[in-house]
Amino acid sequence: MSATKDVLVTPLFKNNPIGLQILGVCSALAVTTNLNTAMVMTLAVVVVTAFSNMFVSLIRNQIPSSVRIICQMTIIASLVIVVDQILKAYAYDVSKQLSVFVGLIITNCIVMGRAEAFAMKNPPGISFMDGIGNGLGYGVVLIFVGFLRELFGAGKLFGIEVLPLVNDGGWYLANGMMLLPPSAFFIIGIFIWVVRSFDKEQVEAPEFVLAKNSNKEAV
Amino acid sequence: MSANNDTIGKTITVTVLLCVVCSVIVSAAAVLLKPMQIANKNLDRQTNILAAAGIDYEGKDIPELFASTITKKYVDLATGKYTEVADPARYDAKKAAKNPELGIVVDKKDDIASIKYQAKVMPVYLVEQNGQLEKVILPVHGYGLWSTLYGFLALEGDLNTVVGLGFYSHAETPGLGGEVDNAKWKSQWPGKSVYPAGSMEPALGLVKGSVDNTSDKAKYQIDGLSGATLTSNGVTNLVQFWMGAKGYAPFLANLKAGGA
Repeated sequence: MSATKDVLVTPLFKNNPIGLQILGVCSALAVTTNLNTAMVMTLAVVVVTAFSNMFVSLIRNQIPSSVRIICQMTIIASLVIVVDQILKAYAYDVSKQLSVFVGLIITNCIVMGRAEAFAMKNPPGISFMDGIGNGLGYGVVLIFVGFLRELFGAGKLFGIEVLPLVNDGGWYLANGMMLLPPSAFFIIGIFIWVVRSFDKEQVEAPEFVLAKNSNKEAV
Repeated sequence: MSANNDTIGKTITVTVLLCVVCSVIVSAAAVLLKPMQIANKNLDRQTNILAAAGIDYEGKDIPELFASTITKKYVDLATGKYTEVADPARYDAKKAAKNPELGIVVDKKDDIASIKYQAKVMPVYLVEQNGQLEKVILPVHGYGLWSTLYGFLALEGDLNTVVGLGFYSHAETPGLGGEVDNAKWKSQWPGKSVYPAGSMEPALGLVKGSVDNTSDKAKYQIDGLSGATLTSNGVTNLVQFWMGAKGYAPFLANLKAGGA
């Protein structure tokens, strides 16, 4: 039981797929301009990672090692298409906003990384939980980033006005940069910084020491 | 993963089986969910048409409201007259534009909205009351900064006064060009005029900064979107294109003259 809890909880902060494994950063930039899309994206990734882990694990003893990546991709791609179709049918507005990014879950490194690293070696039950854990770990970052970007970029949370904008007669001048992709990099950086200052174990040993800046002499 | 998994026979069996199972699941999902997806798409389109026409649809049954208020007709842009299409249920102007028989390639010098291809026949939506034309809703599209903006421009029965403009699909920068969806910005459109008196050359467009309300041109001007010059230009261009001679101007002229 504790193993189950372990695979569920550690990816949240201790071994976060974005924070520590640095996987799936690309989509974290794209879908975090507001909390709505971040939440739906989280849900989609949790479902896809969990089920792809489970299915890969189910047939892990049958997969020929020479084509294992292709087999994993087939499973992941099928799941993503199913999720995309379901979103289009039941959550049309959100799927319009997420547009191509649902499809791009296929290339989300977290899904494949977990299939290859965990599900190929572990039984289905625990693989499924590992998928949920990692999907949630991805979601934690997405929601953190989405929260800050939507709040400061658009003055809203879940589309509801929190800081009245100057454009609409309020006092808050929206920070447009927050809505552009670079801001997500900064926020993810800050997230990693915060997590690592609480959990020193994650701090990596420096790979090199910065050389001393040469002293400039008078010309 | 035992070694015997790697024989050619096993490899082929596993991959073929996996592909068959996956394709069945994917096709099943696609086929089963198709009707709902089409319904969603239509609902979205109808909602946007109603919104552009300034009809209050909040909390109402949209397909029913749409059917009771709006008539869809097809217009041949070149002649400006109503026409019929072979299969109205399946006619898609977006697809027709690229079909060599149903669409035309827009001349570079005329193509201010950068749409490249244009369908010969476009759907228009009419709101009529007791046989009197109240509003006409025209689908428009054109290129902004990142994306083609698709929307509807609705005119009053005088075929000159704007009722509203709304885009249902675009991918402009959120917060900058994406402000084309801002309700406050959109609220400037109603009441503006497209054509100056006695002309069929559209004058309506966005200006840089705010509109000077004392100017006599104010009724043809809309505030530009701050920080989004290219999207603003795109919106101006698409309005000018679609309201111009290559767009709906012939149709509107016919309609004004008494019938199309």
